[in-house]
Amino acid sequence: MSDAVTSPAPAPAEAGAVETPFRRFCRDYAESRIATGALVVLVAIILVALLAPWISPTDPYDLASVSILDGKLKPGSQSMDGTTYWLGTDGAGRDLVSAIIYGLRISLGVGVMSGVVALCIGTAVGLAAAYFGGRTDTFIMRVVDIQLSFPAILIALILLAILGKGVDKIIIALVIAQWAYYARTVRASALVERNKEYIEAAQCLALGHNRIVFRHLFPNCLPPLIVVGTIQTAHAISLEATLSFLGVGLPISEPSLGLLISNGFDFMLSGLYWISFFPGVALLVTIVSINLVGDQLRDVLNPRLKK
Amino acid sequence: MTVFIIRRLIQSIAVVLVMSFIVFVGVNIVGDPVEMMVSDEADQAEREKVIKSMGLDKPWYIQYARFIGGAVQGDLGKSFVYGESALKIIVQRVPATLELALAALLMAVVLGIPLGVYAGLRPDSVGSKTIMAGSILGFSLPTFWVGLMFIMIFAVMLGWLPSTGRGDTVALMGIDVSFLTADGLSHLFLPAVNLALFKISMVIRLARAGTREVVHQDYIKFARAKGLSNRRVVLVHLMKNIMIPVVTVLGLEFGGLIAFSVVTETVFAWPGMGKLIIDSIQSLDRPVIVAYLMIIVLIFVIINLLVDVLYSMLDPRVRLSEVKS
Repeated sequence: MSDAVTSPAPAPAEAGAVETPFRRFCRDYAESRIATGALVVLVAIILVALLAPWISPTDPYDLASVSILDGKLKPGSQSMDGTTYWLGTDGAGRDLVSAIIYGLRISLGVGVMSGVVALCIGTAVGLAAAYFGGRTDTFIMRVVDIQLSFPAILIALILLAILGKGVDKIIIALVIAQWAYYARTVRASALVERNKEYIEAAQCLALGHNRIVFRHLFPNCLPPLIVVGTIQTAHAISLEATLSFLGVGLPISEPSLGLLISNGFDFMLSGLYWISFFPGVALLVTIVSINLVGDQLRDVLNPRLKK
Repeated sequence: MTVFIIRRLIQSIAVVLVMSFIVFVGVNIVGDPVEMMVSDEADQAEREKVIKSMGLDKPWYIQYARFIGGAVQGDLGKSFVYGESALKIIVQRVPATLELALAALLMAVVLGIPLGVYAGLRPDSVGSKTIMAGSILGFSLPTFWVGLMFIMIFAVMLGWLPSTGRGDTVALMGIDVSFLTADGLSHLFLPAVNLALFKISMVIRLARAGTREVVHQDYIKFARAKGLSNRRVVLVHLMKNIMIPVVTVLGLEFGGLIAFSVVTETVFAWPGMGKLIIDSIQSLDRPVIVAYLMIIVLIFVIINLLVDVLYSMLDPRVRLSEVKS
């Protein structure tokens, strides 16, 4: 059912006879049906988030089209002009389907953005530690160890208590809370790769440090990095939602899934469950599918598990 | 051994100093403390008086030295909201947080170990697969959302349990605790389960992995060959051997429980430190924020120090490799 997603794009030229590493990777990945399903769901979620302005039934933040008279409608009820609110509306009369689609866009955006920046910083630092070794390594890894002894949510909370709310600020907080995971992963695999012959050969050719590190060492450290990157991105999305729910993350002008859930919290005690429930389901589906994809990637990319 | 402890102690002090510096810079350079202290209607003379009295006319290193000097003596300023010493307010909230964290820890052990051992003994049964699927959910579900759903189901829809607060408390050795009264227990139950959920999933995985490894060991086979009852094999021979990693990880994760109690306390309006910091951030109560951050850093540094020292006692390789490098 997932051919469109998992089959490699440049296949026709090779006529399918030769097994390229990418093809083997795809075949291994598709062995798990749950993971394939998760990938399909994830791709769908990403598409929905990217295409939000075009596929969302209404623009939830266009004040002209939102009517307070439609507020707190149950899932499946109709508005006065005949549109159906499949997941109901929130306190201000916004359609929840649209709010969730836009919320996904913000949640995914913040998660992916902070994941990418943390990955770049962590990778650079981890590679430096492994390649140069000695004092540099000891110092960097000591900092990483100390940081990892504090839970990520605590570091993010401390930073946000100081910095205040904002998209840029929560990305900074998430990057600082997460770079150390990447650094540790990259260093571990780079230490193994570093002692292999191709690095020695590159050094004998008197290539520059930059070239050896980025052209030779880095590509061979990628597999574990991809796995950690997937799982940390899921973690970043969850952290952002938590912090926004606590009221220290995103400002009210950037309604991510966490803020939507937080808004619904006020109506929860009067029994209006759907305002918190559905954004939470969207968040859950996103996080679970990313985690499942990450788990499968770990199994596929780990050479020790190869038959 | 002594060398190792001294090294770790110096490192811990360094971490506390660096964190205090970050917090100090964050509060005094990024934010403007005068803006927080002086009302909008104050004229220039009043502003200058406040600046003088807070020592803000001095260079930053003298300000920092004063801050540290005050902190060492337990003076972290007065709360704007409560008008009392910030440190005192936080210390008053510590027992509630600790009670919640300990209850969650207890649940993780009481629920997690039996479920994990069962899943490890019968890896292919339907029950085990359900448990493992549940533990994956436990890892992925955002804590705050689960808390909300708990409130919705058990407090709003079914009306079985209260949704907010600590309930009746009684004093135990001068500290108010909830778990000794029926009302307090009913208030404690939902937040504790909520906080424990992640740890239960983790203990299930650890116990399952441990069990699967241990059941194939010779001493289990021997115990069975000796004709011991299944009950005795599992409860005595197996349990003892899977407890080591479980206890280690739970000890390490206790700090995590305290950190995550921020979320649970906010959802269930549990009057602990976590709720206090969120309230203080909302109301810009800077002295309390600073005091909380310093105390939480101190708590973590102490936990980490204890864990490191205990480890080095249990496993000499740790301290030997350290001293060599």
